Amino acid sequence: MSQTRFTKDHEWIRVEGDIGTVGITDYAQHALGDIVFVETPNPGTALVKGAEAAVVESVKAASEVYSPVAGTVTEGNADLEEKPALVNESPEGDGWFFKLRLADAGQLAELMDLAAYQAYLKTLD
Amino acid sequence: MSETNEILLTTPLDALHRELGGKMVPFAGYAMPVQYPAGILTEHLHTRAAAGLFDVSHMGQVELTGPGIATWLERLVPADVQGLGLGRTRYSVFTNDQGGILDDLMISRLGEDRLFLVVNAACKQADIAHLQRRLAPGLTLTVLADRALLALQGPGAAAALAPLAPEAQAMSFMSIRELAIGGIKCLATRSGYTGEDGWEISVPANQAEKLARLLLAQPGVKPVGLGARDSLRLEAGLCLYGSDIDTATTPIEAGLAWIIGKTRREQGGFPGADIILGQLRDGPGRRRVGIKPDGRAPARAHTSITDESGNGLGEITSGGFGPSVDGPVAMGYVPAATARPGTKVKLVVRGKPMDAQVTPLPFHPHRYHKA
Repeated sequence: MSQTRFTKDHEWIRVEGDIGTVGITDYAQHALGDIVFVETPNPGTALVKGAEAAVVESVKAASEVYSPVAGTVTEGNADLEEKPALVNESPEGDGWFFKLRLADAGQLAELMDLAAYQAYLKTLD
Repeated sequence: MSETNEILLTTPLDALHRELGGKMVPFAGYAMPVQYPAGILTEHLHTRAAAGLFDVSHMGQVELTGPGIATWLERLVPADVQGLGLGRTRYSVFTNDQGGILDDLMISRLGEDRLFLVVNAACKQADIAHLQRRLAPGLTLTVLADRALLALQGPGAAAALAPLAPEAQAMSFMSIRELAIGGIKCLATRSGYTGEDGWEISVPANQAEKLARLLLAQPGVKPVGLGARDSLRLEAGLCLYGSDIDTATTPIEAGLAWIIGKTRREQGGFPGADIILGQLRDGPGRRRVGIKPDGRAPARAHTSITDESGNGLGEITSGGFGPSVDGPVAMGYVPAATARPGTKVKLVVRGKPMDAQVTPLPFHPHRYHKA
């Protein structure tokens, strides 16, 4: 049983057990445009909630990806090094950024569920 | 500058951009398409493979007329304007008394006493005032505010233009002529800002949309936004005013010594000539160079350049991802002693020094039309 939560900065986190997988949403990849470079955090990196965790660069500009919750990184998506365009093609699938072991599963309650995120998107531009 | 409260000007192609799904952004006071639904990467690669149509109507178009106009303009630019042949176009800069660059521009000779200038959008008011203040009696400056400017660029540009304007084929690189394109009277130069063959076409504003639709209907022509225009010119090693050149850089530091005419080197007579000609003789202290990061991470403008020991050398002035190079590319200024291609440098990206090296420009070979 997994659950997916969303941030106002357009990250998603899918949690199975105490491991969360983090990426950016379809809305975010569309807004960024063609993604040409991704830097993911090294395993063992301790992240607090809202910390800069990864970098994503489009042809236009660089943006930060923040960690939706606190935890310790277990894996970065190595495929993005060679194929950053995976983020455009499959933002909520193969284009995931990193996995982390959650420090406090209670923080998930502070994030939006899908219905709340979709409602939030409607308030933007 | 607030992007939300600003009243933006629009070009005559505004409705067409929106119809084509252009993503409109503020640029130099205008609402301009940064990209269309295809996206910057695709638009860039399409321009290198076929032909891209760009709206550059935000740029300033100016006509200067009167007896001795070429001699007069030489007081403000280091180009040999007197020696510019009828129907020829030349790239130049307005300099200031410190040898800095006020703007870069294209100068075309339409007649013995008639010049046509194209200047940057962000500088056009200042440029016009600069010219107007110094205008000698008998000379006239006309701002061609009722004209749009389109650029058709790419190896497929000639084939796209052929059925609409057969006379265009015979034009040489950096020439200008009046051209009827599908019956629309235009003024076209064979030039551009992508490193490819192509034309920049000045057209009456009320005919601009008709012309754009005519060109877009040709096989291989697609609309391209300002995002790809920037990545194309960066790969071509061309300067962007306000980033790679400005009032704090001289033409010699910027690697633009070639724009200074032979007679001008001998006689000077343009603003900052003593400084510029001194640098031409003795070599400048720093130079604009191409810089290629070894890895995949782009280095953006204002990234610090250091030597291998971490000593500061200078700053990146333009940088990003080059779609045709399929990797990051950048330009910046370094001391002349470290400007040799192959010199290893570090770029400080997000606090981390990354390996890079000085690289000859352009990153992507120019493919201008050769007669």
